[in-house]
Amino acid sequence: MRWLRPIGQDKLAALSLFLISTTLFAGLFAPFLAPHAPDEVHMELRFAAPSWEYWLGNDQLGRCVLSRLLYGIRPSVLWVGVALALSAGIGTIVGFVAGYFRGATDAVLMRICDGMLSFPGYVLTLAVIGILGVGLENILIAFALMKWAWFARVIRTSVRQYADSDYVRFAKTLGFGDVRIMARHLVPAALPDMAVAASSTFGSMILQISGFSFLGLGIQAPHAEWGMMLNEARTVMFSKPELMLAPGIAIILVVSAVNYLSDSLQLALDPRLATSRRAPHSRTVAESAKLQGSEVA
Amino acid sequence: MGAYIVRRALIAIPLLAMISFAAFVFQHLSPLDPAEVVLHSQGVPKITDELIAETRAELGMDRPFLIRYLDWLVSCLQLDFGKSYVANQPVWSLLGPALLNTLKLTLVSVAAILALSVALGVACALKAGRWLDKSIRGLSFVLTSAPSYWLAALMVWYFSVKLDLLPTSGMDSARSYVLPVAVIAIGYAGIYFRVIRSSMLGNLNEDYVLYGRACGLPESTLVRRVLKNSLQVAISIFGMAIPTILGSTVVVENLFAWPGLGTLSVRSVLSRDFPVIQAYVLVLAAAFVLFNAVSDIASAAVNPKLRNDL
Repeated sequence: MRWLRPIGQDKLAALSLFLISTTLFAGLFAPFLAPHAPDEVHMELRFAAPSWEYWLGNDQLGRCVLSRLLYGIRPSVLWVGVALALSAGIGTIVGFVAGYFRGATDAVLMRICDGMLSFPGYVLTLAVIGILGVGLENILIAFALMKWAWFARVIRTSVRQYADSDYVRFAKTLGFGDVRIMARHLVPAALPDMAVAASSTFGSMILQISGFSFLGLGIQAPHAEWGMMLNEARTVMFSKPELMLAPGIAIILVVSAVNYLSDSLQLALDPRLATSRRAPHSRTVAESAKLQGSEVA
Repeated sequence: MGAYIVRRALIAIPLLAMISFAAFVFQHLSPLDPAEVVLHSQGVPKITDELIAETRAELGMDRPFLIRYLDWLVSCLQLDFGKSYVANQPVWSLLGPALLNTLKLTLVSVAAILALSVALGVACALKAGRWLDKSIRGLSFVLTSAPSYWLAALMVWYFSVKLDLLPTSGMDSARSYVLPVAVIAIGYAGIYFRVIRSSMLGNLNEDYVLYGRACGLPESTLVRRVLKNSLQVAISIFGMAIPTILGSTVVVENLFAWPGLGTLSVRSVLSRDFPVIQAYVLVLAAAFVLFNAVSDIASAAVNPKLRNDL
């Protein structure tokens, strides 16, 4: 974990890390932290301004905005993280198999990845929602199905670099099994690349999934979700624009923290990027790989 | 170069075949029987097994799988994607105009992104580390972290409601383009200008710049040369941007009621209009593959080094 150290030295990165862990914590313990139930309707408190009882005011049904924001962390951030872990897991396995065994296995797996990557993200998601119907879990399934190919690509490239190195050959000569070589010698080497790939995708995934909820294709009422809160606020946008603020700012804060952390992780792992000297080719490759991952909504 | 084009095209063909097959299988993954959907949407009061069997035969669903696939593929190539379950008219008559509208939006947006990110990228690279560079990068960082629909709503609120300058929705005049294009451009230019900036910075550190400077070339000539080399990266990126944006205007189109593919696809998903979804998936994925091939060929035309990649 030596490569994590520079993050502690960058104040903004430390702040981002703090923000993300606070958000995760608040999401996990939302029932204990939220001052009210998220779907408790008080028609007499419609559009009430912030008060000591309701810190962020009340929405169009008089529900507590702060409580909804806290409960909204679960679908907006925590479940997105689960989908990310799932697709990164599948991608890692495929990437390791393809990068380590090479040959026909590699060729077949990479052609499948090419096929998966030839569907633009939104199209595949809409197709999956078309088959399975509207709902957050279907969107998460769509994202897991869609992103693994990209992870597999990135991790295969990373594994291939090390699979050819002397220490791996030496381990093979000693007669170690493939699984043991991968676990002992390749996973630690490829871990930084996996971390960068996953963190750079996380931010755009949060944005895209909240976008689908905003369109009404994701989580259904009365559940709280940030994109959905914004969708509800949009209907009263002209009279009460301030309802757009809390969920919007929450998304911006979390996504920029994730993106900043991902950038500083990349800097910490690849000092070439910091000084931007030479090796323009390898940098372009890394950048374009990142671009493919970060499709904005 | 000719050989490269042939090789690149040969890669695209199996991909297209795979996509078409996936789009065809897609139909069969749905938990609903298409015959039932058709009967429901036609408002048939009582659905009997006989009626379903009859409709299935009418839709040609009783024939072998592969034959149906090939049949379907041939008719797709003639732009015949069947009939919409809901609107009861040919899918292409819905999809064609929508595709055209989305293409218009995409091309205008890509032009805006190109102008914005080259201008910002060059300005930031020349002033690297100064306040201009820092503030532009900081601002773009926040803007790319904001959900596009949130930015869009704020812009609608400010420009359309408070100032009453621009239309909030539809596609009636040139002014209708301003807000949707601005929302798309802000999101993507914030990413792409960083690529141009870093490729400019990389080039500024090359020996040929040092040599040129040592020979006493004016700074403007050097900048022009560096720009020419940096724009190679830009070409491949923007080639990639067209298909990506084509497939991701969904949110913006729905917000501004743009009569394009994004609005059509969400409406079809909500009403479970499978032929339209299927055609949408097929057409967009095919466009994606074709644009990618074209952009690869364009980058190879500019940069001979890339021709050996395949």
